[in-house]
Amino acid sequence: MRANRIAVFLRGCARLVSRGGRWYFAWLALLGAMIATGVAGYARQASHGLIATNMRDQVSWAFYIGNFTFLVGVAAAAVLLVVPAYVYAWKPIKEVVVLGEMLAVSALVMCLLFILVDTGSPQNMWHIFPLLGTPNFPSSLLVWDAIVLNGYLVINVTVVAHILYRLFNGKSYDKRVVVPLVLLSIPWAVGIHTVTAFLYNGMASRPYWNASILAPRFLASAFCSGPAILLVLFQVLRKTTGFPISDEAISKIAEIMSYAMFVNLFLLGAEVFKEFYSATEHSVYTRYLFFGLHGHHAIVAFAWIAVSCSFLAFLLFVVPATRRNIYTLNLGCALIFAGVYIEKGIGLVIPGMTPDTLGEIYEYTPTATEWMVAAGVFGVGFLVYTLLVKIAVPILDGRFQAGMEVPLEAAPEAKPAH
Amino acid sequence: MSAETRSLPVVQEEGIPGEPPEAAVSRRAFLQTVAGAGAAAALAACDVDSALRRHFKELSKEEVARLVEKVKRDHEARFGKKDWQVTARSPMPGVEFGYGLDLSRCIGCRRCVYACVRENNQSRHPQVQWIKVLEMDKVRGVDVIESDAYYEADAVPRPGKFYMPVQCHQCRHPPCTKVCPVQATWTEPDGITVVDYDWCIGCRCCMAACPYGARRFNWAAPGIGAGEVNPHIAVLGNRVRPKGVVEKCTFCIQRTREGRYPACVEICPVGARKFGNLLDPQSEIRYVLENKRVFIFKEELATRPRFYYFYAT
Repeated sequence: MRANRIAVFLRGCARLVSRGGRWYFAWLALLGAMIATGVAGYARQASHGLIATNMRDQVSWAFYIGNFTFLVGVAAAAVLLVVPAYVYAWKPIKEVVVLGEMLAVSALVMCLLFILVDTGSPQNMWHIFPLLGTPNFPSSLLVWDAIVLNGYLVINVTVVAHILYRLFNGKSYDKRVVVPLVLLSIPWAVGIHTVTAFLYNGMASRPYWNASILAPRFLASAFCSGPAILLVLFQVLRKTTGFPISDEAISKIAEIMSYAMFVNLFLLGAEVFKEFYSATEHSVYTRYLFFGLHGHHAIVAFAWIAVSCSFLAFLLFVVPATRRNIYTLNLGCALIFAGVYIEKGIGLVIPGMTPDTLGEIYEYTPTATEWMVAAGVFGVGFLVYTLLVKIAVPILDGRFQAGMEVPLEAAPEAKPAH
Repeated sequence: MSAETRSLPVVQEEGIPGEPPEAAVSRRAFLQTVAGAGAAAALAACDVDSALRRHFKELSKEEVARLVEKVKRDHEARFGKKDWQVTARSPMPGVEFGYGLDLSRCIGCRRCVYACVRENNQSRHPQVQWIKVLEMDKVRGVDVIESDAYYEADAVPRPGKFYMPVQCHQCRHPPCTKVCPVQATWTEPDGITVVDYDWCIGCRCCMAACPYGARRFNWAAPGIGAGEVNPHIAVLGNRVRPKGVVEKCTFCIQRTREGRYPACVEICPVGARKFGNLLDPQSEIRYVLENKRVFIFKEELATRPRFYYFYAT
């Protein structure tokens, strides 16, 4: 009986994702092309080895791991947005929870894929599993990261699936299941980003990472980038599906982001002061990032772009007039995304390893293969989110339940956006 | 036994003084010199076996013997018939290896680098080298940021420069084994940190953690000619590595566990490299530690290396 109902639910989901307008399928085709590109890139990498990337012994982690780190922040912050949704009692709290957790699920899928493509011998990956393999617990932070990321994935999938399944069957979700899990997911979100920060932080060999300010900086920047993505998504969904989120809630999120960005910039300033005032040998990494070293400048421009983007976004979000204006708001979101993407990607990983532990400077830039593989991973992540939204929105607003026909692609045009 | 084999043994063949001989024998490693083909035939069809095998430290004696057979067959298949000597010797009781490098003697000729490549079957294409020689300014002292590993000189040593070879320090508190997510690398009782190449997932955490830049990754499948390969190989040492795993200096485990010197020690034309048993009060390394001025590289990281720099003059 229950299995039957689950089968009905899954068939309903399949019907939802298999129908849509021209733009929906065009979008899916684009994602399909991205994924195909990624598969081609990965096939090349798998046959030649990681020499298909520009990583070398000097810079042994790079673009893949940078993307991984950025996306852990997205996954964490998407769920942390649930806190203001409760505090300010936004009306679409259920929708904010589901959309945030779905974003976390998609980001986690990308995180795990980026780790997988960075691994030299993925066929040995099972050695990390308990019982089967020999996980180095509790000593290895990568084992911790595997535990918290997979645990977080399970929590978020459970909450989303539960809410949607109940609504699909015309019932409200079970508070005894959802509330504890959502409450658990909030500290867990802090946990995944802290553990990821500790992965770098624990390396005494790399002074650039071995600073206790690293985990707080991770959290502060995540509180900027995660909501930036959700803000844009909320607006898109409000336009296309009539998702009921008010302008006030949006500007509240923007306000929270401005505080987060202030903390982020403050922590950056604290690090910059310490590095340049004390000017020890350990400051070479920060010097390489912002000014270059011994004539090597590969990432200097990116570093300044990142700082400028973050600072401009802070100004746009801290001034009430510009965070209420829809254009400057979205500009601010784009700037934050760019700023944090650079800061937590190449800005974190590359200077950590340049110069290397014996003082050598190897200037890293990603190869075409790395771009292709990354495009594929992002394609998978966007596809997961697209399909989840396609399923979730009609169920959340009650247009699709067990026994119903698949609803129209979008909410009626006449319906006011808010 | 060739003359090479007798190059100043670091342990007595008779076992450790003060230890009952039978204990020494039973704990004495077995050297599996591969000759018989019986086991090889029985194992002809189990490549899956190696992909699914357990962690090296969990293998029984028989399973290690089978692994040794398999490694031999794999090498023979790739490089042809040779005098293959595949070993998986256990550490010798009462031995803890230590290394001394005399900075006042080293002339920066890099003979150690290439002797190591030949001995330990490092990849020639792309080039992998376990030893890196840094050229430094005498007036600056040990300053890695200003050092140059790619110096090209008609003659060494160059005026105003000194040379500092760096390789695995075989730490007592190794940051690399701590971070490995699958315990694919560990420190043996004789102080050598090894890698189980079949167990490594290639995540490169250990490379990020090592403060001495001592670990190398096989970014591509190692390229070694059949004429270049050293047929005397240890399973946890210089056997030819697969693509996508990490490798490192093992103090020439295939030699030193048989009482021979590492290749870099043997080749050094100025005698800058000293090697021996730290637990043996008569050893040369102990003499160096007790009588010379010793310097620990990156001592502030508390890795407690078994690799010491010293100034003999």
